[in-house]
Amino acid sequence: MHFGLSEDQRMLRDSVARSLSDNCPLDHVRECAEGEPVFSDKTMSALGELGLPGMMVPEEHGGLGMSLLDAAVVAEQLGYAAAPVPFLATNVLAALALTHAGSREQQADWLPRIARGEPRISVAIAETVEARDGAVVAAHGGGLSGTSLFALDFRGADAFLVADGAGRLHLVPTDAAGLETVALTTIDRTRSVGEVHLQGVAAEPLMADGGVAAARLRCAGRIILAADSLGAGEAMIEKAIDYAGQREQFGRVIGSFQAVKHMCAEMAARHEPCRALVWYAAHAFDAAPDEARLAACHAKSHTGEVHRFVARTSTEVHGGMGFTDLLGLHYWFKRIGFDRQVLGGPEAVRAEAATLQGWTRAA
Amino acid sequence: MDLEYGAEYDAFREEVRQFLEAHGHRAPAGQDRAARPSADAVKWQALLIEHGYTARTIPSEYGGYGAEPDILKSRIIAEEFSRAGIPGGLANQGISMLVPTLLELGTEEQKRRWIEPTLKGEIVWCQGYSEPGAGSDLAALKTSARVEGGEFVINGQKIWTSTAKQADMIFCLVRTEHEAPKHGGISYLIFSMDTPGIEVRPLKTMTGHAEFNETFFTEVRVPVDQIVGERGQGWFVANATLGHERSMLGDPDALENRLQALVNLMREERVGKDRAIDSPVLRDRLAALQAEVAAMKYNGMRILSNSLRGDPGGMAKLIVKLQSCELAHQISALAIDAMGEIGILYHGSPRERARGAWQRNYMFQLGLIIGGGTAQIQRNIIAERGLGMPREPRLPKPAAVERSAVADGRKQETA
Repeated sequence: MHFGLSEDQRMLRDSVARSLSDNCPLDHVRECAEGEPVFSDKTMSALGELGLPGMMVPEEHGGLGMSLLDAAVVAEQLGYAAAPVPFLATNVLAALALTHAGSREQQADWLPRIARGEPRISVAIAETVEARDGAVVAAHGGGLSGTSLFALDFRGADAFLVADGAGRLHLVPTDAAGLETVALTTIDRTRSVGEVHLQGVAAEPLMADGGVAAARLRCAGRIILAADSLGAGEAMIEKAIDYAGQREQFGRVIGSFQAVKHMCAEMAARHEPCRALVWYAAHAFDAAPDEARLAACHAKSHTGEVHRFVARTSTEVHGGMGFTDLLGLHYWFKRIGFDRQVLGGPEAVRAEAATLQGWTRAA
Repeated sequence: MDLEYGAEYDAFREEVRQFLEAHGHRAPAGQDRAARPSADAVKWQALLIEHGYTARTIPSEYGGYGAEPDILKSRIIAEEFSRAGIPGGLANQGISMLVPTLLELGTEEQKRRWIEPTLKGEIVWCQGYSEPGAGSDLAALKTSARVEGGEFVINGQKIWTSTAKQADMIFCLVRTEHEAPKHGGISYLIFSMDTPGIEVRPLKTMTGHAEFNETFFTEVRVPVDQIVGERGQGWFVANATLGHERSMLGDPDALENRLQALVNLMREERVGKDRAIDSPVLRDRLAALQAEVAAMKYNGMRILSNSLRGDPGGMAKLIVKLQSCELAHQISALAIDAMGEIGILYHGSPRERARGAWQRNYMFQLGLIIGGGTAQIQRNIIAERGLGMPREPRLPKPAAVERSAVADGRKQETA
């Protein structure tokens, strides 16, 4: 019995961490995020050297055929570094969708290229959780029409993977006729989301599976966002402890005051069990798919709550400095805010958890 | 990640299940931890020891089963008993705290004399640690013992001595070296509760029950050889057992069972035609607690897995007492809220649910948040040991303290 990361997973974690600390320090995050935000090509190519673009692509298509727990290990490090990279949509979600619901031709077309880190695929599945502003996509006679909001890793996409109202997934190349896109600006400038407008677009549907693949994507996406939040929360706790150990007031470091110390302890106490929860959910995704949906709901909602607390508390420990742009602490604060809302905030996700367990009244 | 225990352990689990199926009906109904074990409970305990389902790793010469320590097997036993809803072995303070201490630090004679009858439930112990003036600052304890004619003569008062009324014996911290520094002047004594000069007064708590007592010592005479460890070493002896108490309070199976009881309650309680669980607000709180219970469950598996590899557990373990007690309290709180006005029924009232257990637990669990190292002490431990944050600066010696503390207080208030 072993509950935790394997030796390989620890090596993966350490090499991603090293790569990010070399290539994606705070100064670089700031360069990418200020002004007109961009993704960090430098960081993506460094991660490319570790084979990460193809980590979820099966080996027969040139990838590494790794597990979602492996991807969660990477996502945690990306969150820890607040790295501006489009990893989630292309390298996890699109790779999973094509592997499980793509035709042979689609797989042969896309998967090897994903493994090489070439295309960027934005994933538009927000409406499978909740439709805002009346957004809906309908498939009809070989075409797609409607609007999908909050397409993930939107900027610079070569194609969109869009879920229709029935949960079927469709590939839409960016240059398809009838497609219009609008970038949305969020608090988190290390991420990119946008909206997709479709008017009778000739899309390429993935297999019809009654929404199974879309549900799996939602589940994987939640776990990866939870892992990202875990890393971002970890970074914020470390920063708070460092700061409290240096900043002096009343002739002593503020970390020696119980008022401050207990804020840090409370962050750590709530944060630590999240690690095991996220690991389990990621493990279940591959090893116990029946349990994975509920576990993913738990991981997503609980990290959302805990890290909101961590984000504000760490900022408070930093006092006025935490509130400024100077320390850059806000990049993690906003990262956590993004992770919480996307693919279902805690309340939406808990409602789904309740339904999954038959807690809701039978209609 | 490998959550399989392996074939040997699967076979062991099957063995435990078969035992429970065959013998489960002999288990005592309900287990009142505050009382002496009933005749049924003593018989059940003997059967469990015989099969190695309690006192498993305690050497057989001291009345245990004598198995090699195997964390997974212990875990499987706990899981299966919990799943079957059948009480496991006795879990009183003698067994959970004194026995491990004696095994580690007792003399051969002490081990032979005390461990076996304690395991069998024949001897019930109580713990004499806290005092009115020594709670979180336990080492400030004042109950004193002087040596006179081959005996310790004890005077003072203990508080929070659960089961003192029923106990045969007490393990007790007393100050024997009056000149020594605070932590170095304490000794760990064991003596009979029948010794003349001991008075036990029940301490009624907010639950309406007297789960604890105050125990007074007046010229209580105890032979000098009834000491565990050396004179002046009692603090270190006691710390071995405090560790055992903390691990006792964080039981992920217990949290899961409580949560399941809450789910059942919320499915049964009706508000008009709706079930309590049909309320989206209550259901949301339930799902939030469930996620937290899941987090503690997997955190527990992580600790288990780490300890299989000889890893002491680090932060994952340090946070267990704080988080589990709080979570248990919140589960009871939601149960009360889900019952609405029914939730305040108590003291055997008509319409009371579960014999008032939810309210009683809600109150008692607040006691657990405070006891066994308060939440604030836990946060100090997490911050200082876990996060490496600086300790509170030590105050100057008492004479100088009062003035400067007052002055500091003012300064901070106005700052």
